[in-house]
Amino acid sequence: MDADKNFLVGIFDDDELVLNGVDKVRQSGVKIHEVYSPFPVHGLDERLGYKRTRLPIAAFLFGMTGTSLALIMQIWMLGFDWPMIIGGKNFVSLPPFIPVTFELTVLLGALGMVGTFLIVSGLKPYAWPRQFDLRSTEDKHVMAIDLALNKGKSKEEIAGILKSAGASEVNEKNFE
Amino acid sequence: MQVTSSVRDPLVTGGKTVKDVSHDISRQVEGKPTSLWWMAMAVSLAVLGFGFYCICYLLWNGIGVWGLNKTVGWAWDITNFVWWVGIGHAGTLISAILLLFRQKWRMSINRAAEAMTIFAVICAATFPLMHMGRLWLGFYWALPLPNAFGSLWVNFNSPLLWDVFAISTYFTVSLVFWYMGLIPDFAVIRDRAVVMGNKTRASIYNILSFGWQGGAKTWMRYESVALILAGVSTPLVLSVHTIVSMDFATSVIPGWHTTIFPPYFVAGAIFSGFAMVLTLLLITRKVFKLEDYITIYHIELMNIIIIVTGSIVGIAYITELFIAWYSGVEYEGYAFYNRVQGPYAWAYWSMMTCNVISPQLFWIKKIRTSIVATFVLSIIVNIGMWFERFVIIVTSLHRDYLPSSWTMFHPTMYDIGEYLFTFGFFFAAFLLFAKFFPVINMAEVKSIIKSDSEKTTHDSHH
Repeated sequence: MDADKNFLVGIFDDDELVLNGVDKVRQSGVKIHEVYSPFPVHGLDERLGYKRTRLPIAAFLFGMTGTSLALIMQIWMLGFDWPMIIGGKNFVSLPPFIPVTFELTVLLGALGMVGTFLIVSGLKPYAWPRQFDLRSTEDKHVMAIDLALNKGKSKEEIAGILKSAGASEVNEKNFE
Repeated sequence: MQVTSSVRDPLVTGGKTVKDVSHDISRQVEGKPTSLWWMAMAVSLAVLGFGFYCICYLLWNGIGVWGLNKTVGWAWDITNFVWWVGIGHAGTLISAILLLFRQKWRMSINRAAEAMTIFAVICAATFPLMHMGRLWLGFYWALPLPNAFGSLWVNFNSPLLWDVFAISTYFTVSLVFWYMGLIPDFAVIRDRAVVMGNKTRASIYNILSFGWQGGAKTWMRYESVALILAGVSTPLVLSVHTIVSMDFATSVIPGWHTTIFPPYFVAGAIFSGFAMVLTLLLITRKVFKLEDYITIYHIELMNIIIIVTGSIVGIAYITELFIAWYSGVEYEGYAFYNRVQGPYAWAYWSMMTCNVISPQLFWIKKIRTSIVATFVLSIIVNIGMWFERFVIIVTSLHRDYLPSSWTMFHPTMYDIGEYLFTFGFFFAAFLLFAKFFPVINMAEVKSIIKSDSEKTTHDSHH
């Protein structure tokens, strides 16, 4: 049995049920592939044991790139490449460069972070997702268990664990 | 399991469940447009068409076809630009600042308000673009691109250039923020289309949803991205109107050269933006039957923001008048004397009535919870805010330092035509949005349905 092909899918009706369900399933030693929800459920990531995302760091680095590029661009253009006398002002003076620097910091920070998010999450316009249950965007919370990664337990055993963890139904889902 | 606060009013009424939210909001995307929608669209497109003709005429003949003259070099174009940018501010305030302050009532109104922001910023951007006359050369004038004029770069000391960066960053970041919110909701419509067997719709909305699935890990990252976008959008939105106000404040024209402009403009922007959000949402909730999601409580809270920002604007007007007298600067004093008493006094007093007096009516609970009164006042506020910009720009310019240069400004058909163009565009775009995109953020509303939904008898036995 290969990994990432044969799944058991537990359907939970409510966010509190799925939160408790995750704890129970993990306590009984079953590895969870992923939980799909129609809205963000607070605390679910911690209970699934996910590490905090490092996207804020990416955003900061992209933002700093914007800051540096903006300053380098303005100082080079007006200070070195083609200095112009504008109202007798200094060629390079920081205060008037602040607005453009701020805007480019925000622009690169935001675009870079969102781009990173789309890439690491595998979101792209032409991808059809592998859906475990269509109701997971509507109102149900869907817990997928990869059978190949839980070889110690039989299918029936896992289904029983899902049921006792609060799943209202348990279905089998196989992908080619 | 329903937990309802007894202190706050419910944010969603009618005892809705999570499933109802998907159904109620997706329904209007899935159905055929109503005849009312087609009629509104036809009117918008007709206005857009007339405006488009005026723009073509303008581009062919140059900006001499506007009513501008040597003394009044800025009039309707910049008035309309500032007015539209200001309107855009409410969307970002609702989606970013209210997110940071954890105001849950933003959730049913943020989607439409952000859409309004994006369309308003596009409308605003058309005015400086048209004012360049030779639009096709605009890239060289506005962006630091290598060029054949030596290597004459743009002037980074100029607030007009700051505006280019501020407005384009604001537009891009708002668009990204708005689209991020739409991704999970497009997936809802996609999955419903799969269930209904509508393959075309499913594949279109799958492309729009970027193949969203809603795994816990993706949601975790998504929330982090939303929080940071809100964090950077908050100073961004404040910076945008600050920089717009510097177009005036950094000059030495009496009536413009004041340090209170940035906060005064930001407050005015939020004031007019909330008024436009109310105008649009009161129609949208009626047409799409969203009374359970956009409740009287939402309308009341928005009206309270209008009182606050309207009062800030009022204080700014009075401060300006006081300082014009107290400073003893005769040019500043004359500029304000001329506003109050001169040939444009009618515009000044329209502004004062619409912006200072009318929002104070919202202190009365009956008025701020009345849909008709709110609708009428929201339009009055935006008329007032248009006059504010007109008064600041035209009355300060039309009395030049030399009395021989004194003149008046008269708009031509092409001034009016281009303003109409932006209205046509704005409403056509909003109608398309309201028909094809979910007008309420389903994922966010679903997350509060348990805590902030109205308690019904059905749930009371839990």
